Order: sequence, then structure tokens, then C-alpha cells
Amino acid sequence: MTSVRTIVRVANVTKTFQLGKIAVHALKGVDLEIPTGQYVSIMGPSGSGKSTLFNMIGGLDKPSTGKVFIDEVDISQLDAYELAWLRCRKIGYIFQTFNIIQVMTALENVTLPMTFAGMRSERATEKGMELLELVGLADRFQHKPFELSGGQQQRVAIARALANDPAIILADEPTGNLDLSTGEEIITLLKNLSHERGVTIISATHDIKMLNVSDQVVWIRDGRIDKIESREELTISVGRIDARAGA
Amino acid sequence: MATIDRSNTATAPQPRIHRQVVLPLGKSFEIAFNSIRVRFFRSLITTMSLVLAVSFLSFVSVNTDVANGLLSTGDPALRQALIRSGYDLAPEDTRADSSPKQRWIVILSLLVCVVGIVNAQLMAVTERFREIGTMKCLGALDRFILRLFLLEAGMQGLVGAGVGALSGAAFALLGNLLRFGTRALTTPAGDEILLSVAFATGVGCLLSVLGVLYPAFVAARMQPVEAMRVEQ
Repeated sequence: MTSVRTIVRVANVTKTFQLGKIAVHALKGVDLEIPTGQYVSIMGPSGSGKSTLFNMIGGLDKPSTGKVFIDEVDISQLDAYELAWLRCRKIGYIFQTFNIIQVMTALENVTLPMTFAGMRSERATEKGMELLELVGLADRFQHKPFELSGGQQQRVAIARALANDPAIILADEPTGNLDLSTGEEIITLLKNLSHERGVTIISATHDIKMLNVSDQVVWIRDGRIDKIESREELTISVGRIDARAGA
Repeated sequence: MATIDRSNTATAPQPRIHRQVVLPLGKSFEIAFNSIRVRFFRSLITTMSLVLAVSFLSFVSVNTDVANGLLSTGDPALRQALIRSGYDLAPEDTRADSSPKQRWIVILSLLVCVVGIVNAQLMAVTERFREIGTMKCLGALDRFILRLFLLEAGMQGLVGAGVGALSGAAFALLGNLLRFGTRALTTPAGDEILLSVAFATGVGCLLSVLGVLYPAFVAARMQPVEAMRVEQ
């Protein structure tokens, strides 16, 4: 992990949505490079194009113009099979609403992506248990989602996101549906994971708590990148961030 | 088995983009079965219209089998009894086939049942949008989703149609037993009744799968980004 490799590169991306007769320009030319192993937060008010950019990076949406490279592969060139492979192996998703599959137990949720990746079921179970242990839920592997608290569900989701050792974890408002202290626990867990495993974590968020652990914060405003701040700059300008948050 | 070996090398430091994503059939069955088990009540309601329609179909065809059995004895008294109970038998008829009107009613009931299944399954798909989107984010292909829905419908169809066909046949035999006495059970050919039950079950399965096709396509074509949507 010593050499800094670019894992995500967004090159001059624009996105236009057609809403009836009105064209909405969600992104107006975004350039962004995210180095491997970093914890990057994408911040911005709702409607700023934050989610659009985020979905683009996750291969969930295609740009109108411009290119998105994941590990130097242009994702707009990929067909459905390759995209599915990418989602399965390269990217782990964490959602605001946890999205644990309701009909499966915690362990089954974690092993599902491994099944898609073609792993034998004994090996998948073994690895699933390791991952649940990692997030501190080894004793609840047989529980169904409705028997778990929000924080625990999000932990299962994190274990599931790690299932196939992805290069990137995309977290969409991971603390949005959690209370303050649980949110903090989740953030710490993500930070530790990014540190220990060298996973790049990209999270879209409103949560100011995220800033303390981020290596880089990308501020999006009105479809453009407002500014990119690294951690050092952040600590100096905390006062301003708080002011922004209050605004 | 080759996929397993590849899965280990794919996580090596410089992986390229591959295409291999799998969902083994056994695992599909397991997921589909669990899905039905967990949503048992919901599946029960989806299957109910199928049970009723198939039991009607089975009832009608087993009735015909019994009437044929009774006719084949050549006993004039039984023939009179059949005519009294509503069978249109010309003097030269040796078989009592179901009337066109009866057939239309059966076909109509089956059509209504398919519409009911489509309706219920569309609702089920809407309910499961997030689950489907999540699966796609985890790397599921369109056809995994399609397969899961088809398997679920197939299993529901098999059980629902089986129950329907058997209960329809049982009611038909019971009714005829009360009307014509024990000869209603002894004269018809057993294999014909079995064939009727099997046919009704088969038709039921087919309808169940037919009814889920469109909803399953809707589900399979869903964009994974839907899973990200918060409001629901």
C-alpha cells in the first residue's frame, strides 16, 4: 500500500437528467482523483449532485459525457456481466437504510456476495464468520435483520460489503439512520477497516462527525467541486466547517 | 468447479475485469424456498386463487371420469341416474364428455386466476424492490433475479396446484359417492382419475409460472440504484 495508486478517476463528467421537457444538469463537469486506501467524504447539500457523483463512482449510473475509471478501467465500456462482476468483487456498498435482505440471517447476508463470486459454501461460511467477528457480531450470526438494532444491521452491512475483499467501499450516508453514538461507532469501525485493510472508503454524507476521520473531503456545490480539502487543512478550518454545518 | 479456482486468483493485487458471476441452482432453490417460507402468509394468498381454479378444473374432469365409468357399465338405471343429475346423454352416447359451456367456465376461471397471480406478484415485486436492488448491488445478474422469481412461482404452483387438484378430485368423488352410491368409486378407471389430477396440477404450475413472467421481468430489469433510494 506504499505506492499511491489512483483507484477512482472521474474525468470531466457531466450528467443531465431529462425531467419531462426540462433538462436538469446534476453534474457540470467534475474532475476527481481518489488515491487507494484513503477515506474520502463527499459533502454537499442535497440537490448538489452529491448522490449523482456518488452513484457514478459506484458504477450505478453512467455519465452523460466524460469518463469514470475504476482501477483504470472505463466503466462506461463495461457490459452488464462485467458491471455485475465489478459490483460483486471490486465495490462494497453500504446504504443509509442498511438494506439487509430481510429474509436472510446475518450470516447468509454476508455470504451472499461470496456465493455470487463462486466461493464454495463451507469457505464462504468460514469467511462470513470471520467478517462478523471483525464487526463484533459473531454471536448473532443466526439472527434475522428484524432481531438486530440499526447499528447492528449496519455492522452486518459492513461485513457484507467486505465479503469479496473489495478495493472500494461506497457508503451512502452510512450514519443517516443511526443515533449519535452508534453513528460514531460505525464511523470508527469504517476508519479502522480502511486503515487495517487498505480499503478505499468513499462516503457521501451530511455528517460532520465524518470529517474528523476523513483523509480528504470533497465539497460539492451546484454540480461542481467546490473544493477538496485534505485532513491537515481541515483541522485548521474547523470553525468554518461548523459555520457551514449551521448554515 | 473451475469458477472456485478463479475466485481466488481474481482477488490478487492486479485484478482485471472479469465476467464470472454465479448463482448455483442449489443455492437458488434455497433462497427461493426461504423466501416463500418467510413470507408464508403472503405466498398463501398468492397461491389461493390458483388452488381454487385448479380444484375446479380437477373437479370437473374427475366428474367426467366418474360419469364415463358409470356409463361403461352399460347399466340403464345408472344411465337414467346420470341423465337425471344433469348430463346431456343422447341414446347412442357411450361417453359423457364435458359440455362446451362447462369448458368455458373452467377456462374463464383459469384466466381470472392468472390475472390474480400477475396482480399479486406485481405487488410482491414492488414490495421487494429494495431487496432486489441490494442483490444487484452485490453483483446479481438480471437472470438471477428472474430465476429466483420463476423458482418461487414454480414451487408455489406445484404445491398450490397439487393441493387444488387433489381437493377437487376428492370433492368430485365424494359428491358422486353420495349421488350414485359406491359404484361411483368402483367403476371409473383409476388411471384416468390420476391422469386428470396430474393434468390439473400441470396446468396449475404452468399458469403460476406464466403469471409471474411479467412481474419477474419488471424485477429483473430494475436498476440497482433503486436500492439507494431512501423514501419508500
